[in-house]
Amino acid sequence: MLNQVLLGRYIQGDSFIHRLDSRTKLLATFFFIFIIFLANNWVTYALLFAFVFLAIYLSQIPVNFFVKGIKPLLWIIIFTVGLQMFFTTGGTTYFQWHFIQITSFGIVNACYIFMRFVLIIVMSTLLTLTTPPLSLADSIEAILKPLEKIKFPVHELALMLSIAFRFVPTLMDEAQKIMNAQRARGVEFGEGSLVQQIKAVIPILVPLFVSAFNRALDLSLAMEARGYQGGEGRTKFRVLKYGKHDVYVFVAMSCLTMALVYLRG
Amino acid sequence: MEKAIIELQNINYTYHNSEKKALSDISFKIFPGEWVAIIGHNGSGKSTVAKIMNGLLEANSGTVFINGVKMTYENVYDCRKNVGMVFQNPDNQFVGNTVEDDIAFGLENNGIPREEMLIRIEDALKRVKMTGFETREPARLSGGQKQRVAIAGIIALSPKVIILDESTSMLDPEGRLEVIQTIEELHQTKNMTVISITHDINEASRADKIIMMNQGQVDQIGTPDEIFKIGLELVEKGLDVPFSEKLKYELAQKGINVPTEYMDEERLVDWIWKYLLNT
Repeated sequence: MLNQVLLGRYIQGDSFIHRLDSRTKLLATFFFIFIIFLANNWVTYALLFAFVFLAIYLSQIPVNFFVKGIKPLLWIIIFTVGLQMFFTTGGTTYFQWHFIQITSFGIVNACYIFMRFVLIIVMSTLLTLTTPPLSLADSIEAILKPLEKIKFPVHELALMLSIAFRFVPTLMDEAQKIMNAQRARGVEFGEGSLVQQIKAVIPILVPLFVSAFNRALDLSLAMEARGYQGGEGRTKFRVLKYGKHDVYVFVAMSCLTMALVYLRG
Repeated sequence: MEKAIIELQNINYTYHNSEKKALSDISFKIFPGEWVAIIGHNGSGKSTVAKIMNGLLEANSGTVFINGVKMTYENVYDCRKNVGMVFQNPDNQFVGNTVEDDIAFGLENNGIPREEMLIRIEDALKRVKMTGFETREPARLSGGQKQRVAIAGIIALSPKVIILDESTSMLDPEGRLEVIQTIEELHQTKNMTVISITHDINEASRADKIIMMNQGQVDQIGTPDEIFKIGLELVEKGLDVPFSEKLKYELAQKGINVPTEYMDEERLVDWIWKYLLNT
């Protein structure tokens, strides 16, 4: 159950995409998701897909990783696509039963929605697969830096993020250990009625919470012992640096946007 | 007389949620370059003393002097720079995502420039023999390795004193030995003051001085020879005795006339050889 989580999974590599600055990747991903909504006909969607495939090719990551990323969201996609399909009116009506109808508009819309989903998921998966969680946290801090002017706690947020990332594997290990320990005492997971299944979660959740509290106490003590006094007056060990690759991404994104604006109907 | 690096004067401390005093009227001095072991049964106040020495807890009454300076609310961070602390659980004190990030954390807090950081990290890793592990994640290190990284994080800050708060208690014998050897080397090469709080009597027997605590009070201060001389009385105080002391007891049970003073394993072996040659 736990090893299927794709969040924060990073695949080591030395491809074009891997070498990009993480700020570029984060911003480019957001920008890409934003311009997906510019696409409104087949040509523009084809262009976006071509761009995504190019990105995947450049990242040298096998395609089945992206398929895995889409799988857990399959039901949401089917649900949304279904809604579009059955409830959109207009165009030629092929089938009608009470208020449910399948129309040519509906089919086209459903296809568009499906493609949007795939594009967004693939692109965000690409971001997490090629960027180490820590440099992602760093880039979030760098990007949010201007918000410090309005007293937004940027450093605290970044610290929380990086500690959260650091403890994901530790807590997963612990959850697994607790599960096995409870199994050894006769708790059955994933069996019985819904109520029973929910009840079986409690013997994992409570110890996990308690231990997280203890960890937090220990960690804050250790941090303080090492002179942590908040964000002020700190220097940084990790530095982000833009390279010439980042310029290529900027150019590519601009070209793509212009092409989309030109081609959209 | 030499100036004490850490001096506690009449420290009293009570945890806010308990009635019993955790520490009552504790006073002792620790001198530069000493290796001091603080021993005592569970709940004798060992760990509380450690946190008081580092300013993580504020005493209800009494004073702490670090390097001759009285610790106050205002200068606690400056005092803390002199005293590094390694805790018990190797997982819970690992702040960074990788080894180098974790060592850098303390340096970042103290505003050390990046170029200097790189040099210090390399040096610290070399000292704990963890060179080549820079980009490893904590999940892929053993307990002993994590504790060595924690020690490296302290060394990088180059404090005068290093406190080990039961740092070897969650390690396997191998990891424990690694950590103790690392500390021993630091003690010798950098002439660092080491305060080790421990249950492990063999670790304590390596110290120059032992502070024995009992019920929140200092029971006895002395060299290992002086402390272990009392032998089985230690067991009554909830402590263990070193292996050589146990062997002596067993020999005495068999009617062999063993000397009363404390001997470490080497000296006991010598004595047994002499004893056998003379009979």
